[in-house]
Amino acid sequence: MSNKDKTSKKEPLQEPPLEKLEIGNAVYTTRLTSKFRNRLNWERPDERIVTAVIPGKIQRIMVKEGDEVKAGTPMLILEAMKMRNEVLAPIGGVIRKINVSEGDQVPKFHLLVELD
Amino acid sequence: MSSDKKVQELQKRREEVQQGGGEQAIQKQVAMGKMTARERIIKLLDEGSFNEYDMFVEHEARDFGMDRKKLHGDGVITGTGTIGGRPVCIFAQDFTVAGGSLGFMHARKITKIMDHSLKMRMPLIGINDSGGARIQEGVNSLAGYGEIFFRNTLASGVIPQISVILGPCAGGAVYSPALTDFVFVVDNISKMFITGPEVIKTVLGEDISMEELGGARVHSEITGNAHFFSESEDECFDQIKSLLSYLPWSNTDVPEQKKIAQPLEEYNISEIVPGDKRQPYDVRSIIRAVTDGSDFFEIQENWAANIVIGFGTMNGRTVGFVANQPLVLAGVLDVDSSDKAGRFIRYCDAFNIPIVTFVDLPGYLPGADQEHAGVIRHGAKVLYAYSEATVPKITLILRKAYGGGYIAMNSRHLRADFVFAWPDAEVAVMGPEGAANIIFRKEIASAEDPDLMREQKVKEYKEKFANPYVAAAKGYIDSVIEPWETRKSLLHALEVSGEKSVGMPAKKHGIPPF
Repeated sequence: MSNKDKTSKKEPLQEPPLEKLEIGNAVYTTRLTSKFRNRLNWERPDERIVTAVIPGKIQRIMVKEGDEVKAGTPMLILEAMKMRNEVLAPIGGVIRKINVSEGDQVPKFHLLVELD
Repeated sequence: MSSDKKVQELQKRREEVQQGGGEQAIQKQVAMGKMTARERIIKLLDEGSFNEYDMFVEHEARDFGMDRKKLHGDGVITGTGTIGGRPVCIFAQDFTVAGGSLGFMHARKITKIMDHSLKMRMPLIGINDSGGARIQEGVNSLAGYGEIFFRNTLASGVIPQISVILGPCAGGAVYSPALTDFVFVVDNISKMFITGPEVIKTVLGEDISMEELGGARVHSEITGNAHFFSESEDECFDQIKSLLSYLPWSNTDVPEQKKIAQPLEEYNISEIVPGDKRQPYDVRSIIRAVTDGSDFFEIQENWAANIVIGFGTMNGRTVGFVANQPLVLAGVLDVDSSDKAGRFIRYCDAFNIPIVTFVDLPGYLPGADQEHAGVIRHGAKVLYAYSEATVPKITLILRKAYGGGYIAMNSRHLRADFVFAWPDAEVAVMGPEGAANIIFRKEIASAEDPDLMREQKVKEYKEKFANPYVAAAKGYIDSVIEPWETRKSLLHALEVSGEKSVGMPAKKHGIPPF
């Protein structure tokens, strides 16, 4: 194999574009990585929004919309990894919306219940 | 003198074993685009140099009908041979024999050749292609893995250990490669994971293919578990041979002297780095502008590319290079790049390879994701590794060296032997923009035209502090050099530190932040 073949094979199909990145009040021209692009921006968790911490099946729902709950009230059972996990109300309030039905299979981070 | 009959019997036995798992299984292996274990060994080693041992080893399993099963070589081929004329120990799991599954005797063959490599002080090359533990042998398989991991750890830092993933490598099996120095993967062939797609699907409901979960690209671009990626087994073997050409055969050996040559003319060191420090360039060109024949063998090229690591030669001797890469993420230190550099520095130190560090970084990557991923702990690895290293350590500051990044990148304070800087270098507690904003906050805020005032103050700060002379005045930088003097200065520094000898406080071992 000639040297040329080797280098042409090694080169990426497309040169990644140059973009901007600010560090220490200076804006640098540079390539960004896919890992950097895919990073999660941190958001302050909203306690009124209850999501699935693990993918699983909604085994039972114990509350209905309009119910008043106290912090710690079991709202539903999420079956995951052969365990029945009680999902508790993180704060006291009124159930504004239940976003799932019994028997639903939900992915991680799926919106389950909204409180007011 | 053996009788003809006995010789014939030996020949027959050998032939049988060499058939591995038989014609059908071999065809399957070939259909997957894979070489057989024996072909791999023969391809990798010098022609005719392979000597096989433990060919007639048999397993002792009795349960689940195993007593009626004959597994040739017990699914692994072991032996010694040479690469580039130098001796190596090698084993290759044979997927055609019971899926290369690891049973007790299979593991015993591997640990025996590992013991040889440590005793004889030569590299160990392991070719992994195995479905995992041989379930029929139960806890004896697990014992086998444990014995291998233990020896990987004992041999770590004594002899080079190379893992080649040429098939599946799943469950506990992945920990042997993880404990070795360099992991090679091949596109579409290598698969590494702790729990496979089926389990993930059942337990978590996530639908992911083997390739997406732990294929060659994943490990060379996302996880950093692999060090070298190639598109074919042949290319992979060439990479292994190249890597070995830079390494000493043990921690008491020295790498082979290579041919001395001038860097290629196309790498003009005075014209690579843009004057505007916010503009990128490929730092690998700087490395190539100082090495013999512009030779540079990069490691983990596709992972954490914001730092560059690898081997090159200067005056025929192996040098380990660590360099911030302004072309990617402005060359920042972050979780992955710290991890990558820290481990490489320790590798060089363990095998007495001098380290040359090129510095051009704006600092650490800001962000909650980085902080929460433990950038403190990971960043500390770089400090630890440089501080601990007793090999010759030479630094050249190309442009920016700010704050913690300046300290981390083999500064004088971590016991660098020689610190050079180019005239353009800015060595300061932070970049002029950030510094001016803090120091002159009041002046800027109360000015009639804050932007103009800011610009003026940045300029002022730059002139006063963003240069190499403040650090040189304290002796933190030994010498400010012109770019064209770089190779000469580095060669001289390497030469005079050839007999370097420094001590460390007596201890069993340190506690690096890993």
